[in-house]
Amino acid sequence: MAVKVSVIVNGTRREVADLEPRLLLSDFLRDALGLTGTHVGCEHGVCGACTVLLNGDSVRSCLTLAVQANGCEITTVEGLGTPETLNVLQTQFREHHGLQCGFCTPGMLMTGEDLLRKYPFATDEEIREGLSGNLCRCTGYQNIVAAIRSAAAIRREQTQ
Amino acid sequence: MSSDRLAQPADVLRPRHVGAPIKRTEDPRLLTGRGEYTADRKPDRALHVAFRRSEQPHAKIIRIDTTAASATPGVVAVLTADSIAGDFKPVIPFSRMSSYYATPIMPLASGKVRYVGEAVVAVIATSRYLAEDAVELIEIDYEPLGAISRAGAAVASDAPLLHEEAGTNVLIAREFKKSDVDADLSAAAVRVSGRFEMTRKAPLAMEPRSYTAEYDARRSALTLYTSSNIPGIVRDALSESLGIPGNRMRVVAPDVGGSFGSKGSLYPEEMLMCIAARKLGRSLKWTADRLEDVSSSSQAFAEIVDAEMGFDSNGVAIALKADVIGDIGAYSIYPWTCGLEPVQVVSFLPGPYKIGSYRGAVRGVATCKPPTGPYRGVGRPISTFVTERLMDLGAKALGLDPLEIRRRNLVRPNEFPYRIASGIIWDKTGFIECLEAAGQTAAYDRLRAQQTEARKQGKLFGIGIASYAELTGIGSRIPAAPGMPINTGSETAKISIDSTGAITAAFGVASHGQGLETTLAQIIADDLGASFDDIRVVQGDSDAVPMSTGTYASRSAVLGGGAAKHASALLQNKIKRVASHLLEANNDDIEVSGGKAMVSGTDRFVTFKQIAKAVYSDTRTLPVDAREELTASYTYDPINGTTAAATHIAVVEIDPVTCFVHILKYVVAEDCGQIINPMIVDGQVHGGVAQGIGAALFEELVYDDDAQLLTASLVDYVIPSALEVPNMDVVHVESQSAVAGGFRGMGEGGAIGAPAAIANAIADALSPFGADVSILPMTPERIFQLIKQSKSKAEEKSR
Repeated sequence: MAVKVSVIVNGTRREVADLEPRLLLSDFLRDALGLTGTHVGCEHGVCGACTVLLNGDSVRSCLTLAVQANGCEITTVEGLGTPETLNVLQTQFREHHGLQCGFCTPGMLMTGEDLLRKYPFATDEEIREGLSGNLCRCTGYQNIVAAIRSAAAIRREQTQ
Repeated sequence: MSSDRLAQPADVLRPRHVGAPIKRTEDPRLLTGRGEYTADRKPDRALHVAFRRSEQPHAKIIRIDTTAASATPGVVAVLTADSIAGDFKPVIPFSRMSSYYATPIMPLASGKVRYVGEAVVAVIATSRYLAEDAVELIEIDYEPLGAISRAGAAVASDAPLLHEEAGTNVLIAREFKKSDVDADLSAAAVRVSGRFEMTRKAPLAMEPRSYTAEYDARRSALTLYTSSNIPGIVRDALSESLGIPGNRMRVVAPDVGGSFGSKGSLYPEEMLMCIAARKLGRSLKWTADRLEDVSSSSQAFAEIVDAEMGFDSNGVAIALKADVIGDIGAYSIYPWTCGLEPVQVVSFLPGPYKIGSYRGAVRGVATCKPPTGPYRGVGRPISTFVTERLMDLGAKALGLDPLEIRRRNLVRPNEFPYRIASGIIWDKTGFIECLEAAGQTAAYDRLRAQQTEARKQGKLFGIGIASYAELTGIGSRIPAAPGMPINTGSETAKISIDSTGAITAAFGVASHGQGLETTLAQIIADDLGASFDDIRVVQGDSDAVPMSTGTYASRSAVLGGGAAKHASALLQNKIKRVASHLLEANNDDIEVSGGKAMVSGTDRFVTFKQIAKAVYSDTRTLPVDAREELTASYTYDPINGTTAAATHIAVVEIDPVTCFVHILKYVVAEDCGQIINPMIVDGQVHGGVAQGIGAALFEELVYDDDAQLLTASLVDYVIPSALEVPNMDVVHVESQSAVAGGFRGMGEGGAIGAPAAIANAIADALSPFGADVSILPMTPERIFQLIKQSKSKAEEKSR
């Protein structure tokens, strides 16, 4: 059996037919759409590297089937800023050295975006709680927390 | 903090890049999903590989039936050891060490399997999904040969042999001796001892191992894209094994998602991918899933150390004796050998201390587990754990404060270079300075007062100190692994300015998160006098320089940085010669900075772009003999290398109900010499400490008595999350080293100091119970048992 999946990814409608129903959303994004910014770190929903926004909420794309996303709006790391114009959160990750190898980073950014939108006044403790489903092996988290704290402050200022 | 660096007049005049927290060049691509990791490669019509791995710990392979798998839709080939037997030569992890047996490395298990997770059959299909489907259909008959799960069982007289040809399961044995340790122990005022253990650990980079072998039919050439930190070593090994010259065998490490050592050895899968790509004339992809990565990548620690230390009545450690048994797993790894981790334990046990006599014996024994290999710190996390526990036990026995006993034993500034009892030589490094800086930053005296108060309230509050030293940036005189024939002592930088004026700097080092594209460019910007933004650093590509080994053993800043400095100086001289023609000035009057060459004290200058045009394009400007190609190459060898050191202080409180350890404060004072980028140095310390926290409190690969891994998922193998890692205070003691630029390697240190500091803090917190900490990780379960045992002992006594 083959299925067709139609989604809006980073603002653009994408339609792919002839997909296996068992195809994971992570593999769909990476292989069918060529969006390799979403990384696959564990394939069992623990590390969070594959986190994307599905209709605005962060989800594990390795635990989601592509067909489940049919008709949904998806944002991946490619949908944030560009190398020339990083968005606020990306800029703060760079300023605070919130990334080293960069493998967990797309997942951290997507979780961070979700966190910033839902909890703009999050304390450090709450930021750490919010990130506890995203594993990083390089940074020791300290600078990631600082980056999110700082991005939250900048966004609060911008919305005032 | 203290510094013996003197500012040179030029430092004041020119903007300096070295020492500045420059934002990383790597970040824009990595923050926007534009990085390229190995799994992101998209070669033309690539096929996908999946492995059938052994579920047996130790068994003879009787029969492999691949009929059903081969008939599965989408399957292109099914390969076994037999079907590729003529396609390669086994790779041998050779060493000149005596009492060492080198086990050959084969792409697929041949004849028998030796651990659960060893690759036996490779299926190649049009998609990963189909390849994995077919793997399930392979039938293998095994004849069990008896599992060896524990190091102790491996040396029993009736133990089955994992490698019959070796005649023993002890694959490596060594001993280091200085003076009469038994006599000195007998004469000691105080003797302390224990059996210490660090269990098996997974390095666990977030990117699983991944390989893409790309076949170029036009040249019958192979390019292996690999998540490796030693692409040059992998290239040389594959070239030899497959009989392909280096100009048709290229190995590239593109963006690599962390290694911590787990991507720092040649893997059987790397061989198989290249063998199969050549055989099929197709490009192939493979990425490990997490289960495969945890159960087949090289692992860490797995050592038990029986150790005893003797002190004189002043608290000076005079003698140290240790017996180490390392559970090295089923194979010796290439190129480091199975001696790397366990031998380094006995090499570094005396640590930064002036212990007079020493005997350290080590045996590395084969068991049915994946090989141990390099892991951040290599040997020193456990040597530091043991020595620092003994220091604290000594302090307690002598009634000394833990900070004071270290003060009395560390090598002092006027005593460098100092040869410790195991033979390692420390160059001048801020041992004492780090200890004092850590104590000051942590407000140590106040912490002790706080502890007294906390104890009055019945709280389990502990303070732990750990000091250590490590060799970094080692040159050709000391091989990175004992007796290894590969030259790990030099690195090359090749810097060129092309006809557009752009600068490309090629290196053999291979960043996997350290930000070498940034730090090496910082050095070149200063020493060449270039604009930072004009420099492109190429690294991690075996085609970039003729010979390279990669990034490991805290060497890249020292060796890559040293090569960058020298090559920059050579190229700057060429620039000056051209500029002196163009500006009609003396060579000596030309100053180069910011991408311009100018006549000192004037406003006359030419840009690198103008210089490049004059040399390469505008043939009328310069005489023929002045049109020297704007390139320079330098291979730097620091000969001995240098030292790095730190003191860590951890403050913990243990919840008596849940037995969870909360880290209240964490201080690191470290000496990595001249800092290239303070932002990156702090990041390395943070990450290293976080891994050390994992080793101290959470991470353990549990194998049962049948050598089956019980913790193969990230649910069961727990690494620290944002909730378990505290904010850290990091201070720097920048004492200049003797190598080019005054750098010291520093990427590993965090992971060396943290397990010991936390272990000491836990022991201190539990001291009201008289409990000792001798095994890591100290999980809540282990702490619960310690408290329970201590309580029942106390009850027995009171009866």
